[in-house]
Amino acid sequence: MCPRERILSAAALLPLVAAADDSAEFVAPGIEEFFPDMIFGQPDGWFAFDRLMLVRLVVVVVLLLLLWLGARRITLVPGRGQAVIELLVDFVRVQIAETIMGKEKAKPFLPMLTTIFVTILAMNLASVIPGLNIGGTARIGLPLLMALWVFLTYLAAGARTQGLGKYLRNELFPPGIPWPMYLIITPIEIAQVFVIRPATLALRLTVAMVAGHLMLVLAFAATHFLIFEASAAMAAFAPVTLLGGFFITVLEIFISALQAFIFTILSAVYLNFAVEEAH
Amino acid sequence: MEDQGITGNIATVGYGLATLGPGVGLGVMIGQTQAATARQPEVSGQLFRNMIIGAGLIEVLGLLGLVAGIIL
Repeated sequence: MCPRERILSAAALLPLVAAADDSAEFVAPGIEEFFPDMIFGQPDGWFAFDRLMLVRLVVVVVLLLLLWLGARRITLVPGRGQAVIELLVDFVRVQIAETIMGKEKAKPFLPMLTTIFVTILAMNLASVIPGLNIGGTARIGLPLLMALWVFLTYLAAGARTQGLGKYLRNELFPPGIPWPMYLIITPIEIAQVFVIRPATLALRLTVAMVAGHLMLVLAFAATHFLIFEASAAMAAFAPVTLLGGFFITVLEIFISALQAFIFTILSAVYLNFAVEEAH
Repeated sequence: MEDQGITGNIATVGYGLATLGPGVGLGVMIGQTQAATARQPEVSGQLFRNMIIGAGLIEVLGLLGLVAGIIL
C-alpha cells in the first residue's frame, strides 16, 4: 500500500480510532483509574494509602502553606499575597454567603463556607496540575465528608434557630397547601432533607471530577497511542487528540471553579432554609 | 458478507439518553435567563446566581446517568 492510500484508509477508519489494522490495541481508561495501587496499607484497611490520598495530603500542605504565607502578616494595606487571599475570602462572603443568606445570618457560617470553597477549589485544581494529575475530590470520600458536614450543620442550625420540631415541621409540612397534598409532599420532602440534598452535593462534585479526569486521560492516552503504537498513518491524527486534551484541560479548570462555587452556594441555600423565619 | 455488529457497552447508549433531559433543562433555563437579562440588565447578577443554582440541580441528573453507567 502506498502512503497516500494508507492515509485514506485510515481516514475511513477514523470513527473507530481503536480499530486494529495492526496488533496494538487501544485500552480505554476506566473506573480503575481512581483506585490505584496501595503505597502502603491494605485496600480495605483503616490506613489504606494510595496515590489519591497522597495527592490530597500534598494539596492540604500546599494550601495551608499558601494561606499561612499570605495571612502571616496582615496589614491594613494588603501586600500581593494578602490581596489574593482577601479576594478569595471576600468572594465567598459577598458573592455566596451574603447574597443568599443576608448579612447578619451569614456571619456564623462564613468560616465553614470559606473552608469548603477553598478546600474544594484546591482539591479540584489538582486534577490539572502536572505531576498530581488527579483531583482529591475524584473519589467519594472527601465530598461525602463535606456533604455530611453541611447536612449536620443545617440540621443543627435549624434546631437552634427554630427548634428541631418547628424546623422539621416547616421543612416537611410546608404551610399554605391543602392537607391531602401532604400525603405526597411529605415523603418527597423527607427524602429531600435527609437523603437527596447531602447525596447530590457529594455525587455532583465527585462525578464531575471523575468525568473530567476520564476525558483528560482519554485524550492524552489516545495521543500517546496514536504516536507510539498505532500505524504511522494514524499518527497524523495525534495533533487532533492532543489539542483536544489541551481544550479539556482548560474546560477542567473552569469546571473546578464552577463545582466549588456550586457546592458552596447550594450549601448556603440549604443553610438558609434552616435559619430563615417560617415561610 | 461478514457479520459485523456494533460491540460495546449498552450503558453508553443509556448515558446518551440520560443527557437528553438535562440538556433540554439547561437549554430552557439558560435561554430564559438570557431573555430575562436582556429585559432587565440591572438584576443580571441575581439572575446569574439563580441560574448557577439551577444548573447544579439539573446537572446532577446528567451526572447520575454517568454514575449508573459506571456502577451497573
